[in-house]
Amino acid sequence: MITEPRIIPTPYVTKPGAIRTSTGKTIRTDEMIINMGPQHPSTHGVLRLEIVVDGEIIVDVIPHIGYLHRCFEKHAEHMTNYQQVIPYCDRMDYVASMNNDWGFALAVERMLKIEVPPRVEYLRVIMAELQRIASHLVAVGTFGIDMGAFTPFLWTFRDREKILDLFEMTCGARLLYNYIWIGGLSHDVPPGFVEKAKEFCSYFGPKLKEFNDVLTYNEIFVRRTANVGVLPPDVAVNFACSGPMLRGSGVNFDLRRDDPYGVYDKFEWEVQVGKGEFGKVGDVWDRFIVKVREMEQSVKIIEQAVAALPEGNVQAAIPKRIRPDAGSEAYVRTESPRGELGFYVVSDGSASPFRVKARGPAFVNLSVLPEISRGCMIADLVAIVGSADIVLGEVDR
Amino acid sequence: MTSQEILDTLKSLCGDAVLDAKLDVLQPWISVEPLKLAVVAKALREDPRLDFDFVMCMSGMDHNNGTLGAVYHLYSMTQKHKIVIKAIVKNEDARVASTAAIWGGAEWHEREAYDMFGIVFEGHPDLRRILLPDDYPGHPLRKDFVVPEYYNGMKVPY
Repeated sequence: MITEPRIIPTPYVTKPGAIRTSTGKTIRTDEMIINMGPQHPSTHGVLRLEIVVDGEIIVDVIPHIGYLHRCFEKHAEHMTNYQQVIPYCDRMDYVASMNNDWGFALAVERMLKIEVPPRVEYLRVIMAELQRIASHLVAVGTFGIDMGAFTPFLWTFRDREKILDLFEMTCGARLLYNYIWIGGLSHDVPPGFVEKAKEFCSYFGPKLKEFNDVLTYNEIFVRRTANVGVLPPDVAVNFACSGPMLRGSGVNFDLRRDDPYGVYDKFEWEVQVGKGEFGKVGDVWDRFIVKVREMEQSVKIIEQAVAALPEGNVQAAIPKRIRPDAGSEAYVRTESPRGELGFYVVSDGSASPFRVKARGPAFVNLSVLPEISRGCMIADLVAIVGSADIVLGEVDR
Repeated sequence: MTSQEILDTLKSLCGDAVLDAKLDVLQPWISVEPLKLAVVAKALREDPRLDFDFVMCMSGMDHNNGTLGAVYHLYSMTQKHKIVIKAIVKNEDARVASTAAIWGGAEWHEREAYDMFGIVFEGHPDLRRILLPDDYPGHPLRKDFVVPEYYNGMKVPY
């Protein structure tokens, strides 16, 4: 374990064609196309990467997506009711369903100008932050596997199970909840939920420290991730990256604070950014550590929200048939674990949406992949894809 | 900046490209000449007062009245203001100037709009279908799209 930060030099030459024999002679290399995926353990789903390589060095990456396209937008237009879209939102980013539900519900609520009861706001924050921890646990755990560390993966899934138990006792489902509805929640939390949530918060803090000791500051892991796949802040903004991908590059921007929704302004918490502790700002390790530190912050938010949870109704008074005014439209963005999750909803005055566009953070974050992986080794591409934390269900929708 | 100031600044920079605007709605929008969108985008990106550097979202639209739309939701990380830019084109002549060279984040969204609506983005570096197979017939999010009975000889089940 390393205790003090230090800079690790870039371990290899990243110039295509500059391969030398041991006698010092430069040799000519040919470009070659390698296909990675769609069925490949490190692509976290069905992503196909067409890689142009020169020896071991990547010249270009062409991502091919769409293998998991389930026509979310087309389905949403053909529902007979706005509420019916929510289960489809669940299935977009299936690792963070609660956040997806909230995004869509919030968009429709803004169109209808509905205020939801305070208990709903607090419960939504609790659910979203629990989901953020669960999602980040999957992200960092599977990223460990990509880097060859198996134990942390088992640990993170053990802790994620506790969160899934909480969700299960709330709404009966473990993955796709359909819990956050337009105007409120499907039902109140059961008795004993608050105690269990508190119990989880006190349980999880020490476990995170254990995780950091075994993986985050592990020398092998740091050498594998520092200075790899550097995403400069200006490129991150230009490619509209968001979430840990953007903050890993040192851009201090979080929608929970900068485009407020819910009751996040009532809690004490900090936005985490990458600082380049072991290499350049915006490398794979920075994106990783932002996720780990965000989990700590989420625990802080949950503790405060649970302590201040008000009593009251969990459904606002909304019309039975939701019909926003004809021609009204709203683009509402929320901070999902992967970044800016936006829903652009347009109404024509009927009971079903005229158009729904889902702006998935993973979709946009993936589009920067070719920019940051040119000049890397093939093995580093695995690290970069893992650190981007994509969920193909959301990329393809 | 308020949306009125954004509109005024944009008019002073490229007045002939601005067609219409609606500022008294939930999210104010400005409609611009589709083939001059790249010029407008350059002005929006490069003028220090506007400085729209972040494409929150870019969506295709079918208005179901013979027109398609490309809708850009823009945000400025430095100025902290938002605006919506719309380019509305006719179904039979759906050509919009691409902004992918100015905002990298718009590149995949524009591909998606091409895929789903058949809007052709002129000057796009890599305008291919993105979510659907290359041989898919038609553009399924258009309102006049009819689901084909057969796809590559296979019966579509519903």
